Amino acid sequence: MHEMSLAEGIRSIVEDQARAHAFDRVSRLRLEIGRFAGVEKDALAFAFDVVMRGSPAEGAVLEMIDLPGSALCYDCLKTVELNDRLDPCPLCGGGRLLPQGGDEMRIKDMEVA
Amino acid sequence: MCTVCGCGDTTVEGHSHGHEHGHGHDHDHGHDHSHDHHGHHHHGAHGDLHFGTGPAGVSVGGMSQERLIQVETDILAKNDAHARTNRARLAGLGAYAVNLVSSPGSGKTTLLCATIRALGDTPLAVIEGDQQTANDADRIRATGAPAIQINTGKGCHLDGHMVGHALDHLDLAPESLVFIENVGNLVCPAGFDLGEDCKVAILSVTEGEDKPLKYPDMFTAARLAILNKTDLAPYCDADLDAYEANLRRVNPAIEVLRVSARTGEGLDIWIAWLRAQAGIKALRAKSAQTQAAE
Repeated sequence: MHEMSLAEGIRSIVEDQARAHAFDRVSRLRLEIGRFAGVEKDALAFAFDVVMRGSPAEGAVLEMIDLPGSALCYDCLKTVELNDRLDPCPLCGGGRLLPQGGDEMRIKDMEVA
Repeated sequence: MCTVCGCGDTTVEGHSHGHEHGHGHDHDHGHDHSHDHHGHHHHGAHGDLHFGTGPAGVSVGGMSQERLIQVETDILAKNDAHARTNRARLAGLGAYAVNLVSSPGSGKTTLLCATIRALGDTPLAVIEGDQQTANDADRIRATGAPAIQINTGKGCHLDGHMVGHALDHLDLAPESLVFIENVGNLVCPAGFDLGEDCKVAILSVTEGEDKPLKYPDMFTAARLAILNKTDLAPYCDADLDAYEANLRRVNPAIEVLRVSARTGEGLDIWIAWLRAQAGIKALRAKSAQTQAAE
């Protein structure tokens, strides 16, 4: 996807937080990434290392927490959890599913000093 | 991954001066806006915009004590804030904005030119996004419609901030239609809200029936899919029903129109669809104004 842009967004939030909470350094940063968010985690980890240089989060440990993907099945009208975007409905086998959750991309928390 | 998405060098036509600014400082130039992003954008001929990056850092003084800060903030929160501003601005005008998304070469600009001609004297404006060149904005301007080119440099998508600037440069009439032609890319533009009313995905019949399955996010985000270049279907053994079935597999709620921008087939339904959506929004804006006045 656009992992560099996401890393830029993280940096901008880190800098805002650094001003608001008066800290110099982030030692650990935790993200929540939904399964359908389209984020390539290896690429984001790489972009994070590059983009955070010169920011309070330079050298910070990046942790990514997976959030499940859910979708509404248009055949059985149930909301189900899906591992893969193109999986059939685990309840009825239907193939028409509209994602309802799992596109999250957010910073959960940071350990700062 | 895309190399430097969203943080390349970007230009906007129309201004001959450039300016640079970094994070978190005030800057003094002729524009009445504030920036959260870093880098610079350059205003070129016709108001087209060029955005860029510049490494910028802030040094923050402060205390030191290891502690945990709950952030719970969306990574794209700033983009979403720009998008909300754009959306409010468009709502104030009763203007309806369509974000046109597709892979490169699906026929977005040709469809747009045909659409503009078919819309006649309906007030409209176009924001064109490409990595380089003002070719597409030039094609739109040749139809007589106002257009602003945004060059994203290395960026693979438009974002809310760029579109806000483009809106600054367009003198939108009330109840206009605004077409935002995104950078040709079926991946990244799905994640960036621009403040539009809806995304319309364009898919040409030469691209392969399984394209919606390969790039599900974009077709999930779109309200309408236009299956374009239907005049070519007989020459490339395209199965239009298979295209539609795959679109509905990734997005059961999507509407699908079959169009040939070249021959004009199906164009009348697309125009009617646009007028209906725009008409509903304009009436809602009027109704909101009336209620506010009471």
